[in-house]
Amino acid sequence: MKLNSKSKSLLVALAIGLLLIPFVTDTLLGRGWVRIVDFAMLYIMLALGLNIVVGFAGLLDLGYIAFFGVGAYCYALAGSPHLALAFPMIFPNGVHLSFWVILPLAALLAGGFGVLLGAPTLRLRGDYLAIVTLGFGEIIRIFLNNLNAPVNLTNGPQGISRIDPVSLADVRLSVTQEIFGISLPSVHLYFYLFLAFTVLVIFASQRLEKSRIGRAWMAIREDEVAASAMGINTRNLKLLAFAMGAMFGGASGALFAGFQGFVSPESFSLMESIMVLCMVVLGGMGNIAGVILGGVLLAVLPEVLRHSVVPLQQALFGKMIVDPESLRMLLFGGALIVMMLYRPAGLLPSRVRRRELDTDEVVETV
Amino acid sequence: MYKINPTPLLEVRDLKVSYGGIQAIKGIALHIAPGELVALIGSNGAGKTTMLKTLAGLHHPASGQIHYDGKNLKDVAAHQRAAMGIALVPEGRGVFARMTVTENLQMGAYSRSNKNEIAADLARMYELFPRLAERKGQLAGTLSGGEQQMVAMARALMSRPRLLMLDEPSMGLAPLMVQKIFETIRDIAAQGMSILLVEQNARLALQAAQRGYVMESGAITLSGAANELLGSDAVQRAYLGG
Repeated sequence: MKLNSKSKSLLVALAIGLLLIPFVTDTLLGRGWVRIVDFAMLYIMLALGLNIVVGFAGLLDLGYIAFFGVGAYCYALAGSPHLALAFPMIFPNGVHLSFWVILPLAALLAGGFGVLLGAPTLRLRGDYLAIVTLGFGEIIRIFLNNLNAPVNLTNGPQGISRIDPVSLADVRLSVTQEIFGISLPSVHLYFYLFLAFTVLVIFASQRLEKSRIGRAWMAIREDEVAASAMGINTRNLKLLAFAMGAMFGGASGALFAGFQGFVSPESFSLMESIMVLCMVVLGGMGNIAGVILGGVLLAVLPEVLRHSVVPLQQALFGKMIVDPESLRMLLFGGALIVMMLYRPAGLLPSRVRRRELDTDEVVETV
Repeated sequence: MYKINPTPLLEVRDLKVSYGGIQAIKGIALHIAPGELVALIGSNGAGKTTMLKTLAGLHHPASGQIHYDGKNLKDVAAHQRAAMGIALVPEGRGVFARMTVTENLQMGAYSRSNKNEIAADLARMYELFPRLAERKGQLAGTLSGGEQQMVAMARALMSRPRLLMLDEPSMGLAPLMVQKIFETIRDIAAQGMSILLVEQNARLALQAAQRGYVMESGAITLSGAANELLGSDAVQRAYLGG
């Protein structure tokens, strides 16, 4: 791809802007907000992964967070002392694999689970597919919740703690590092790690969308019968969509576990699946920029609410009337309804959806 | 009388298909010679669409054989049949609504790899359907029914098929557009393509075809040269309102 000088300088400006985000956020809002931005990056990765399944291939998946969970637990088991409890003879100190081993492992494992979910649902579409995937997500969560007996694999509802922080070539991201005289706290370091992976995921999504595989997914989304009559192997391509989406989910799950240092089943509830799906739908299904916007909005806005609602109510009424959590759901539901009424294709509709809505008024002539 | 070509392109023997507990096809035999235009007519629910979908590999037969180009298609999946040159224009057209006309046509060439040839075929399609050339960049879902039928046909032709199967190409179209679509079907047939044409509009189909089969509740009740069928009392009574 050739860039002219104008778009080149835009790209440089964008890169500098992105690199400055943690410092600006830290100065203006405080360190806690850098952490929130870090989480927003994880959500963007998740939403882009789900966008492959839902946006590109048109397979409605309501259990997507399960793959995030699989990735997170994979990291937790392969990078913590926990397995010493279950297998003291084999792993007296637990397992402590390198980040670069765990990450692909988590992605592959999640991809395997993606195929596991995809295989029995090949004949299902729409509502039926949504129900089965929803069930799948819950099954994974319930397994995580109960696999502390007979062998303590997941430590049940207490979750797994003391997870090794990410360390890249002996640089531990959990402590402040000095680089070129600039001191970078842990949350900043994680931001850069997540930024790098997010850029990678965006790049991969874009390449996939324009590839032969991406076009086949879109054909399946539009009309499966016609797609297979075109010579598209619909079975394999649908499985591939589930697997690719799940791999992105699993990789971000691993990053999540390393960042958080703790995982428990409650992070992988149905509500989380719905949140990620809403990021995809709100931003603009199938459109990468839209999905990123959706991810940022839905990850950051609840935090804004959490930090503003309580002081606001205190100032107005002298006490707290509505707690931020229920207000969040109320506003969220309202926003979704407004969106569906006024911007059904999302905030940033994909090129195709926009054209589709534009040409709605064209009178059909035979 | 019509001649039976000794080596048919497609030969179906004693085909039985059931789905949803109903036997939709109850033992059908038919054949199509290379370059022949064969019509399969019958009323609603006779099993015509099931027949085409089975030939395309989208339904699995309970018993019977399908031979295409001398090969048994028993274990050949739908996408492999497409690559072997069997193209289906599905009922209701099945265009990829949120893709442009050009993207639709390119999907037709999914199994092919020679980019120059594909580009040349694309240009040929726009010659065959000048109407589509004007609408290249438009989303297929926003076209009229007749234009969508053209997209579906052009898309099927983009796979360079040897057997083109059309499912109710006249369905839901204005009379003028039906004429146009059938003219195109005749043109394609004249260039030597083997075509299996499924239609409810018996007169139109038989006028275009060389041979015809009449299907009723899952079985073939009549077959013969198209002009003989057009003149036969049974067809006149049942399908032509004579």
